[in-house]
Amino acid sequence: MDAVIEKNKMKIEAEHINFFYGQTQALRDINLHIHRNEVTAFIGPSGCGKTTFLRLLNRMNDFVEGARLEGKVLIDGKNIYSKKTDIYELRKTVGMVFQKPNPFPKTIFENVAYGLRVNGIKDKRFINERVETSLKHAALWDEVKDNLNKSAYALSGGQQQRLCIARTLAIEPSVILMDEPTSALDPISTSKVEQLIYQLKDDYTIVIVTHNMQQAGRISDRTAFFYMGELIEYGKTKKIFINPKMEQTQNYITGRFG
Amino acid sequence: MKAFKNSLFKYLGIFSTVIGVVFLITLLVDVFHSGMSRISWDFVTGSLSRHAHMSGILPAIVGTFLIMLLTAVIAIPIGVGAGVYLEEYGKNNRFAAFLEINIANLAGVPSIIYGILGLQLFSRWMNLGASFLAGALTLSLLILPIIIVATRSALKTVPLSIKEASYALGATKWQTIWNHILPASLGGILTGIILALSRAIGETAPLIVIGAKVFVSVPNSVYDPYTVLPLQIFNWVSRPQEAFATNASAAIVILLLITFIMNFSAIYFRNKSQGRYK
Amino acid sequence: MSLKQRMFKERFVEVLLLLCAAVSIVTTLGIIFVLLKDSIGFFSKVSLWEFLTDTQWTPLFEDAHFGILPLLSGTFLITVIAILIALPLGMSIAIYLSEYADRKVKKIIKPFLEILSSIPTVVFGYFALVFVTPLLQSFIPGLAGFNSLSSGIVMGIMILPMVASLSEDALNAVPNSLREGSYALGSSQVQTAFKVVVPAASSGITVSLILAISRAIGETMIVAIAAGQQPRLTLNPLVPIETITAYIVQVSKGDVPQDSLGYQTIFAAGLTLFVLTFLLNSISFYFNKKFRAQYQ
Repeated sequence: MDAVIEKNKMKIEAEHINFFYGQTQALRDINLHIHRNEVTAFIGPSGCGKTTFLRLLNRMNDFVEGARLEGKVLIDGKNIYSKKTDIYELRKTVGMVFQKPNPFPKTIFENVAYGLRVNGIKDKRFINERVETSLKHAALWDEVKDNLNKSAYALSGGQQQRLCIARTLAIEPSVILMDEPTSALDPISTSKVEQLIYQLKDDYTIVIVTHNMQQAGRISDRTAFFYMGELIEYGKTKKIFINPKMEQTQNYITGRFG
Repeated sequence: MKAFKNSLFKYLGIFSTVIGVVFLITLLVDVFHSGMSRISWDFVTGSLSRHAHMSGILPAIVGTFLIMLLTAVIAIPIGVGAGVYLEEYGKNNRFAAFLEINIANLAGVPSIIYGILGLQLFSRWMNLGASFLAGALTLSLLILPIIIVATRSALKTVPLSIKEASYALGATKWQTIWNHILPASLGGILTGIILALSRAIGETAPLIVIGAKVFVSVPNSVYDPYTVLPLQIFNWVSRPQEAFATNASAAIVILLLITFIMNFSAIYFRNKSQGRYK
Repeated sequence: MSLKQRMFKERFVEVLLLLCAAVSIVTTLGIIFVLLKDSIGFFSKVSLWEFLTDTQWTPLFEDAHFGILPLLSGTFLITVIAILIALPLGMSIAIYLSEYADRKVKKIIKPFLEILSSIPTVVFGYFALVFVTPLLQSFIPGLAGFNSLSSGIVMGIMILPMVASLSEDALNAVPNSLREGSYALGSSQVQTAFKVVVPAASSGITVSLILAISRAIGETMIVAIAAGQQPRLTLNPLVPIETITAYIVQVSKGDVPQDSLGYQTIFAAGLTLFVLTFLLNSISFYFNKKFRAQYQ
């Protein structure tokens, strides 16, 4: 009975993931279940595969030449790498925010509306409402509501990143992937974005790759430690940080290597 | 001694530049000097004549603009399309690599060879004769590599981060190209197009080979015979009489005016399009 | 729109764009086919040996000769004169721009080069015939009205921007660290330029030279207007000659019946021209690869 309930909590299930770039193996036998409505952090030194694994979840790695995946990735029970998968639907369900804010060279309004437009939505009133809702959800509405027609580039770095989050929220994903979303931001913007992530988890499942362990400690419910393409340890954040099982985890957290 | 040699070479560089500048200025002064006197309203709007003094140049001016237009209509979609394919779709493709080499080669083929191709393919096989359409098709093939290369350069400047952001929102490849990549590269593509067209209207050799006549009036349809400014210049300069040489210089003034306006606007667009991304 | 519809649209667009790119293949195949077809007809009547060794080119005369050598020598002579002008001047400008000039000077010189390269070749031809030849005649007594000297000089100036800008690109690609190492040892700019930078950029400079030669060989209007229509096996720059390109123009303008042997000479000449420029461009491609491998 408990096992069944546990299974229903899993938003994303990755089983026996082996991932190759051409001849190089980037990920080795990864098994990971991501829980619904939680913030899961991926940590590990540079090049350990955490970003590679993140990008598997919305199939952004498809763009890389020679990329090959063995294993299954299930979201809501469905394998996203099957031949029948609608990639465009997948990317609406699983949104992504990037390390360096990358708004389009358009107005603030158009940035948020873009996702809706490419999915065929034309109703002006619907778009207006959705843009407003998304900007509110991203805690940016009050700062931009009178300037929706200004260029997105006029915003500060932190505001641009929140705009990118709003843009992602507009297409109503259920999972949000974040690849080091605050590493290019100043401390004040960082804390605003962290606050936002904490609020969003009630409605979304969030996976965040971060270099900053304190950040992982602050905002995540569960943490996965990656090293050299393998998943070394995964569990509730408090446990990982206070009482890790593996020696490598201990070494990384205490700063013996980075 | 070292310092002397150093300055010597510096002045050599300047001297070489000066030679080129003197040449250019002499050319422009000579042409404008003999040509300006011949340019009048009658000349610009009159029809061609076998008599030098009575000849106007309207058919050639109209012909130049019309052929520029038709060549643009043909070459721009194909050239930009090919550029987009090679840059956005063909990255991992052996076939695309082969196409790339092919295009690089075509860029170095002498223009008169394009004329021979046009002669057989368009004039004879497609039965277009010495028509306007045959000329435009031939010139289109000639400038295609220029447009393709310019398109690719412009496309390369669009940052990967913008493309990724678009894909991550569920956009397809074509949506990303149409909504982001093309608008962002428009300045560079436009510059390339203008330079290509500027080249096209200055070309003479291919049109001679196709059999363009020099004593015609303004064409009524694309199947009619036609003439363009370079052809008239060539025709007039080939005759011994002084009066024809003057006509030629007048026609050159007009042709250079058009060419320079086009090139300056290309530079304007190029400067405008730089500095788009922060 | 369903997934199937979306994927269909994507595939459709991709194929459409591929077809655009494939036009280039049609062009190349077209050129090869067109040149070969009538050349084969030509070579069935004139032996390759005769074509390559006969010293006279008189295909439209009663006593017809079909030796390409006179046309080749005309092309060669003009190309040599053009390169003798364009290479030293172009290289000097390139070295000056990359090793000496400051930004203000560059802002003047570069537009000038662009203007020069935008002028249609028929205008250069006019200038060669109407201005340069009479000018030279005033101090070279034996100079004919049509000759390869004027045409060669004018052509040299025409390809000057090409040599200058390609060479400058090659020189600019050499990393500054090499220059600094040389300066730190007490070398002057000119020493650094010639002993370090130019050798380092040699593949790139070779590319610019080869492309310039190829351009000179294929150039038509300057020679059609100012060099003459007398095929002649000579190295004398003061007399009229004829190049391959000018010959093709001459026959195209004339009234030679199509499909006659005389007409087919266009294709044999064109094929020769194509082979020459193709070889040169291929060699330059090889050097270009070498150059890129060094600095990228």
